[in-house]
Amino acid sequence: MATTADHFQGHVDDHHGHADHDHKPSFFARWFMSTNHKDIGTMYLVFAIFAGVIGGAVSGIMRAELMHPGIQYLGMVASFFGDDASDFNATLHMWNVLITAHGLIMVFFVVMPATIGGFGNWFVPLMIGAPDMAFPRMNNISFWLTFAGFCSLMMSAFVPGGLGNGAGTGWTVYAPLSTYGSTGPAVDFGIFALHLAGAGSIMGAINLITTIFNMRAPGMTMHKMPLFAWSVLVTAFLLLLSLPVLAAAITMLLTDRNFGTTFFDPAGGGDPVLYQHLFWFFGHPEVYIMILPAFGMISQIISTFSKKPVFGYLGMAYAMVAIGVVGFIVWAHHMYTTGLSVNTKMYFTAATMVIAVPTGIKIFSWIATMWGGSLEFKSPMVWALGFIFLFTVGGVTGVVLANGGVDDVLHDTYYVVAHFHYVLSLGAVTALFAGFYYWFPKMSGRMHSEFLAHVHFWIFFIGVNLIFFPMHFLGLQGMPRRYPDYAEAYTHWNQVATIGYMIMAVSIVVWFLNIVYAFTAGKRAEGNYWGEGATTLEWTLSSPPPFHQFETLPVIEDGAHH
Amino acid sequence: MQVKALNRFNPNHRIALMALAIAAAMLGLGFASVPLYRLFCAATGFDGTTQRVDEQTASQVKALSNTISIRFDANVERGMPWQFKPLQRTDEISIGVRDMALFWAKNTSNEPLTGTASFNVEPEQVGKYFNKIQCFCFTEQTLQPGQEVRMPVLYYVDPAILNDPDAKDVEQITLSYTFHPAVNAGAKALDRTGSGK
Repeated sequence: MATTADHFQGHVDDHHGHADHDHKPSFFARWFMSTNHKDIGTMYLVFAIFAGVIGGAVSGIMRAELMHPGIQYLGMVASFFGDDASDFNATLHMWNVLITAHGLIMVFFVVMPATIGGFGNWFVPLMIGAPDMAFPRMNNISFWLTFAGFCSLMMSAFVPGGLGNGAGTGWTVYAPLSTYGSTGPAVDFGIFALHLAGAGSIMGAINLITTIFNMRAPGMTMHKMPLFAWSVLVTAFLLLLSLPVLAAAITMLLTDRNFGTTFFDPAGGGDPVLYQHLFWFFGHPEVYIMILPAFGMISQIISTFSKKPVFGYLGMAYAMVAIGVVGFIVWAHHMYTTGLSVNTKMYFTAATMVIAVPTGIKIFSWIATMWGGSLEFKSPMVWALGFIFLFTVGGVTGVVLANGGVDDVLHDTYYVVAHFHYVLSLGAVTALFAGFYYWFPKMSGRMHSEFLAHVHFWIFFIGVNLIFFPMHFLGLQGMPRRYPDYAEAYTHWNQVATIGYMIMAVSIVVWFLNIVYAFTAGKRAEGNYWGEGATTLEWTLSSPPPFHQFETLPVIEDGAHH
Repeated sequence: MQVKALNRFNPNHRIALMALAIAAAMLGLGFASVPLYRLFCAATGFDGTTQRVDEQTASQVKALSNTISIRFDANVERGMPWQFKPLQRTDEISIGVRDMALFWAKNTSNEPLTGTASFNVEPEQVGKYFNKIQCFCFTEQTLQPGQEVRMPVLYYVDPAILNDPDAKDVEQITLSYTFHPAVNAGAKALDRTGSGK
């Protein structure tokens, strides 16, 4: 947004003079009782990276197992978690545990903490000119609830969950598999993890909504707010409206499991399909919760490195609102094969396709922003361009899958796996890396290596495409999801995908090297190291920003516009 | 909630309370969906939910000469020690005319066992035209060890089916029942996981 930095410079300079007041609390008080939005943001990011390594390692085990038909490594993994190695059922159960863990970790403990908790916490207050979040203590509770949820999920892997140890229900936790299909406490631990993470996210959402509505700097109207803040605002509303429904659904699962209720058990008059409706009423907005902050980050980055304001600012902001609203009325496109009538399918097909319109507005506006811009291919820009390409591929397969009739064939095949990884793994995660390189020097005060960042991008880009593009072929040939074994005919593309995984893993090593480089040999970062294109308020502060920023509020003048 | 009443809070608390109220309302909606979903299915025949009518309504239905075939299907849940089958595979009936179908069940275990039947018709769009006057599925059934019973269903197909473009060409309706151990009658003692443990 061209909420032009020059306008604030006057206010900010005298603020920097007070840096000597910038004393920080002791280590324990600073990191364990933190009320500072930047420190909590950092904790969320470190936590997301940690959880991401675990979630990524889980997918590594899965790709290794899928490199050849037959069962190779699962038995080993199962015995590590305390299963009887000779029990083949327990071995196969371990596969279900792995896919469940991968899904839940990546959704609830990597993407959400990184986008909303990490970058949202760090940059929403900075961008809107607020000294901190509205409720700093609640911010701290949000983080630790998420952390406790993660611990609960990890513990579930070591206790019985039906045929073997761990919760093997899929991230959807469908009844009856998750009720009387999985005896033992593992699924209870998993549900508890969702409760904790959900409560943390709802508190975070309340905090962000209050901050954005009440704490914008004087003169910063809603329509002058940077698009990243807009994206987080819409996301916070989606969290507020969808997560309680999930909480209700999984609470009913818990009582079905432990207290003899029959909400989802036909034997007592319940209906398992109702659980699916409730889950996807949450689950579909959830996918927008993961991608909308990415949209916001990409808008900031494209504008910065095109040295132009974003094309169609208002259209961009309200496209996100539209995606959020329509996202609540398309959930049953996840349930086309549960026996919906033709008319119901027609409605959900049409409504789903409507989402392509605001999404298209965003894609084309990014392209229009670059059009005629003075482009600079710094690492965040390269990652952002990668995002636009990969997300569009995933969006196109999404339009294919939106068709109720086509989905009858493709449902639960690897085509679906390819689709949602293109939008989430390749989309949201690529945007996270774009945001990381964009803001890392701002957060740490040290410049990363642009060379390593480009190397990271190209290896990652090649790797993830090798993993997921062949899955389209496998899915069209009928390979089903959620199985550790497959017919020999599928071997070729599965091997390609596993090789792609290895390449992708190398890129993560490059990323860690880059972080090590930055902290050991990186140059000190200036306040605005990206230059004239970077116009939002965080660039008016030092890198890293002072422990308490904006003690004198910046004033946005009436003349400032987009 | 009157926004005015919230004015005594500071502005941040006001917004936070409103947001919390939204979250609480959605939580309530999540639980309220259970009875709402049941009402919705019963009212619309959604997903093949059959209708229940009383004798009064049934006696006023006009019989037509058009016929339709009904196929009967019977199942028991995995692990339930009952045998359960229809005594006729199909019935050819006139639309609007009531018919009685008989099912047979036997408890093969050494314990008295109470079962409850869930039901459905295929194709699903005829659910709202399939009317039951009496059915063993309306109540729980208890069978003593080794006991056999014949159980009736009294039903008719509503003539309105012929006015529905989605349903008028249906030539055969499958009426399906599945017996489950009634949950409050010690069903948890049965192994329903299929794990064999």
